[in-house]
Amino acid sequence: MKKYTVINTPVHNIDGIAKITGRAKYTFDITLPRMLHGKILRSSYPHAEILNIDTSKAERLKGVKAVLTGKDTLGLKQGIWRRFKELCDEEILARDKVRYIGEPVATVAAIDEDTAEEALDLIEVEYKPLPGVFEPLEAIKEGAPQLHEQAERNINVTRHIEWGDVDDGFQKADYVREDWFRCSSQAHVCMETHCAVADYTPEGKLTVYTSTQSHYYIKVLLAEILGLRENDVRVISRYTGGGFGSKFELDSAQFCSSLLSMKLCQPVKIVLSREEEFTATKRRTPMFYYVRSGVKKDGTFLAKEARVFTEGGAYTAMGATALYLTGFFQSFPYVWPSYRYDGYRVYTNTAPTSAMRGFGAPQATFCAETQIDLIADELGIDPIEIRRKNAMYPGYEVPGQATIQSCGLDQCLDKIDGWIKSRGELPRHRGIGIAAYGFMSGGIFNWFDTPYAFSSAVIQINIDGKVDLFVGSQDMGQGSNTTMAMICAEELGVKFEDIRLHMGDTENCPVDLGAWGSRETLMQGNAVKMAASKAKQQILEFATAKLSPNIVYDLDIKDGWIHLIARPERGLSYYDVVKEAIRGKEGQPIIARGHYTPHRKGMISPAYSFGVQAVEADVDPETGKITLKNCVTAHDCGQVINPLGVKGQLEGAMAMAAGYGFTEDLPMDEGKILNPNLVDYMLLRATEMPETEVMEVETYEPEGPFGAKEAGEGLTNPTAGALSNAVFHATGISIKNLPITPEKVFNALKEKKKK
Amino acid sequence: MKKKLLHLTVNDEYHELYISPKKLLVEILRDELGLTGTKRGCNTGACGACTVLLDGAAVKSCSILAMQADGAKVTTVEGLADGAELTPLQQSFLDHGAFQCGFCTSGMLMSATAFLQEDRATKDIKEGIQGNICRCTGYNSILRAIKAVAEGKYKEEGR
Repeated sequence: MKKYTVINTPVHNIDGIAKITGRAKYTFDITLPRMLHGKILRSSYPHAEILNIDTSKAERLKGVKAVLTGKDTLGLKQGIWRRFKELCDEEILARDKVRYIGEPVATVAAIDEDTAEEALDLIEVEYKPLPGVFEPLEAIKEGAPQLHEQAERNINVTRHIEWGDVDDGFQKADYVREDWFRCSSQAHVCMETHCAVADYTPEGKLTVYTSTQSHYYIKVLLAEILGLRENDVRVISRYTGGGFGSKFELDSAQFCSSLLSMKLCQPVKIVLSREEEFTATKRRTPMFYYVRSGVKKDGTFLAKEARVFTEGGAYTAMGATALYLTGFFQSFPYVWPSYRYDGYRVYTNTAPTSAMRGFGAPQATFCAETQIDLIADELGIDPIEIRRKNAMYPGYEVPGQATIQSCGLDQCLDKIDGWIKSRGELPRHRGIGIAAYGFMSGGIFNWFDTPYAFSSAVIQINIDGKVDLFVGSQDMGQGSNTTMAMICAEELGVKFEDIRLHMGDTENCPVDLGAWGSRETLMQGNAVKMAASKAKQQILEFATAKLSPNIVYDLDIKDGWIHLIARPERGLSYYDVVKEAIRGKEGQPIIARGHYTPHRKGMISPAYSFGVQAVEADVDPETGKITLKNCVTAHDCGQVINPLGVKGQLEGAMAMAAGYGFTEDLPMDEGKILNPNLVDYMLLRATEMPETEVMEVETYEPEGPFGAKEAGEGLTNPTAGALSNAVFHATGISIKNLPITPEKVFNALKEKKKK
Repeated sequence: MKKKLLHLTVNDEYHELYISPKKLLVEILRDELGLTGTKRGCNTGACGACTVLLDGAAVKSCSILAMQADGAKVTTVEGLADGAELTPLQQSFLDHGAFQCGFCTSGMLMSATAFLQEDRATKDIKEGIQGNICRCTGYNSILRAIKAVAEGKYKEEGR
C-alpha cells in the first residue's frame, strides 16, 4: 500500500469551484436587509489635538442616520498585545489627539455610500496642529515631539537578544565588516480591501461579517472595546480576499461599523477605499539596521552584532513582534557562535507599521545576505561555500532561543549550486545572486493572552461516512482549507471528497489563533490530525470487534478500507463500519476533538523551514533598470501536504518579495503617503514576472503533522537580498537602501565610474 | 438626476432597468443584478478585478458608465460555466491552482477569456493579463493555466 493516499497528491482547492464561478461570497459582496453604509472621517494632520468636533450639519443631511465620534465610545485603548496593557495604545476613534494622517476621528452611517461621503464633508473638526516627527532617528532625539505621554523619546518597545561572547568573537576575527542598511515600507495590497458588515440586534448580540485572518482575535477585541461579552459577538469570515499580515488586528471598518450598528440596531457596511487601504491601514515596518560581523579568513562566522531602529508609526500594533523576530532572524539560518541584538521600536507621526508576510524577517534577511556576499567577495570565497560553511543543521540549538529539528539547508545549497553551474557563463551586465533563509512554523508567543489551546478542531462522522471537520483556521487564499481537509482525510483514511469543511465562523468553529506567522499547517494541522486520529480509534474499536483479529495485529484505514496493517487484503469498508458504529453508540455520530499548543519548544517556534533562492537579473548600465530573468528556489518545508498549494505559495511570495526588493515603496512627505493608489504604487505585473522554478527538498519535521512545516511566508524573506546580490555580481555595486530602484543603481554606477 | 432606461443583455438574459445615468456598469451588475462575482479592487481602472466582457471585449466595468453599455451584451464570470460544466479555462484554472484568495480571479478569467477568443494571434499571454493585478499567485500559475488552454490541452467540449 502507498504510504499516503491523499497527502502530496494534486487535489483541487476545496474552495476552487466557488471561486472560479464567482459564487464565493466575500464580505465585500454581503448585503443584508435594511443595511446602511458607513464611512470614516480621517485626520488630515499628522499630529494635532482635537479641540472640538461639530457633527450637527452632517446629522441634518437627508439620509444620514448617525454620526459618531470618540465621545460615543467607551474610551478604551485596544491592541493585540493584551498581556502588556501599556502596548494597547490605539483608540481607533481618536478622542483628544491624532497621531497620523488617516487616523479615524468620526464615522457616519447613511442610506447609501454617496450620502455618507457627503456627510463626512459636513463634519467640522477643530484641530490644534502639533509639531510632528517622521523618522525614527529623529524621534529618539532629546526634545523631539513626543507622541505618547508614557513613551519618553518616543521609544515604544526595546528588545535584546544575546548569546555567546560577542566581544571575544570580534577580537578573534580576521575580518570585521560593518554596514548600515535602510529597509523600506511595503503595503499589503490585499485585493479585497478591509471591510465589515456589522449587525447588532436588540437581543444584545453583534454579528460581524468581515475580511480577516483571525475571526477569534476580532471577536475578542471587539467584545472588549465595545463592552460586550466575548460570546455575544459572532464573527463570520468565510472568504477573505487576501491578508498577508494586514488583517488580524482590529481595524477601523470593523470597529466603526459595529459602533454604528449598536447605535442604530441596523446592519452597517463599511468598505475601505483603496486610498484608505494605503494610507490608514498598517504596513511593513521600515527599519534602519546597523550590522557588524566578524569572521575568520576561511569564512567561518564568529560574532555578529545588530542594532535596529524601526519606524513604528503612531501605535504599537504588531510591531513589537516584528521587532523581536527581525532580531532573531538576523542570525538565521546560520550558526553564529556569538550574537548580540538590540532593537528599538520608535513612535513616529506616520501610519502605524506592523505585521506583513515575513514579519520582520525579510528586512533582516536582506541586510544579512547582502553583507555575507560583501564579506565573501572581500575574502575571495564562493557565496555558496561561505553559506555552506556556516549553515544551520539538524539538531542545532540557537542558544536560549530555539532548537532546530529538521533542516534541509545543506541540500538546498547543493541544488542551487547545481542550478548556478548549469547556467554557464552569463552575458555582460547580468548577475546571479543568492540568499539563504529560514522561517518559523507558527509563533510560540501568547501576548494575546488566550486561555484556549492555540489550535483546535472537531470532527463529526455521519451515517454516510461524510466527515464534518470544524476548524478555527482562516483561509485567506493561502489554502489552509484544502490542507486541513487533506490532513483529515489522510489521518482518518477516507477520501478527500468525504470531508465537509466548516470554518470562518466563531459561533460553530473551535478556537484557532488565526492565519499569521505561518502557523496553520503545523498548529491547526496537528489539531486536525489529533481529532482525526481519535475518531479513527473509535471506528477501529468497532472494526476490531467485527474482524476479531489476532491481538498482535494492528488495524488502520486507508482510502476507505479498514484493514489489518500486516494483511491489507483482510478488512472491511469504512462506510459499512461507520453505519454500525453509530448504531452501537446509541445513534450518536462519531465525534472527536483535537488541539495543539506548543510546549517546551523554545522562544520562537516549534519548527523552521529553510531554503536558498537564486535570482538572475539584468542591469541596464545606461538606465539602472533591473530585469528579472530567473528565480529559482530550493525549499525545505518538511513533508509537502499539497504540492499545488506549496508551489503557488512560493511563487506568490517571490512576486511580493521581488516587489519589496525593487519596485514597491511608500514615499512620504511629513507623514503623508504620496502614492496611495495602484497606478503610482508599483506592484509587479504579469509582464515583469521572471521564470520561476521550485525544487523541493523533503525532510521530516517531527513536530509537524506528517512531518510538514511552514511553506507560505518564509519565501518572502530571501528575494530582496538575492536581488541585491545579483545586482552586486552584475555591476560591482551594492545598494543597501531598499527598494533597489533604477535611480539608485544609476547613481551608484555613476559614482563608481568617477572613482 | 433623472433616471434613464438601460437595455442590457447580461449572460444571455435581457434586462430593462431604470437607472441613474451616473451609475457605473460594475454598480449595475453587482448592486442591481446581484452578480457579485465581478469585484472591485480600486475604482480607478488599475487592478482589473472588475473586468467583464462587453460585446466580447474585455473592459473594466468600474471605468465605464452603465449607459455606455446600453444595448450591449455583457458576460460576467457567472456566465462562463454552463450549469455544472466549467469552461476549459475554468477547468484549467482549477487544475493549475491559478488562484488563491480568488478576489482577482473573476477579472482574470474574463481577461483571459477575451485573450483566448480575440487576441491570441497578436499578443503574448502575459500581455493578455497585464491589466489585472493578482497579489497572491505571482501570475505564473495563471499563465500556465491560460497556456494549457491556448495549446489545446483542454477540449472545447460542447461550447
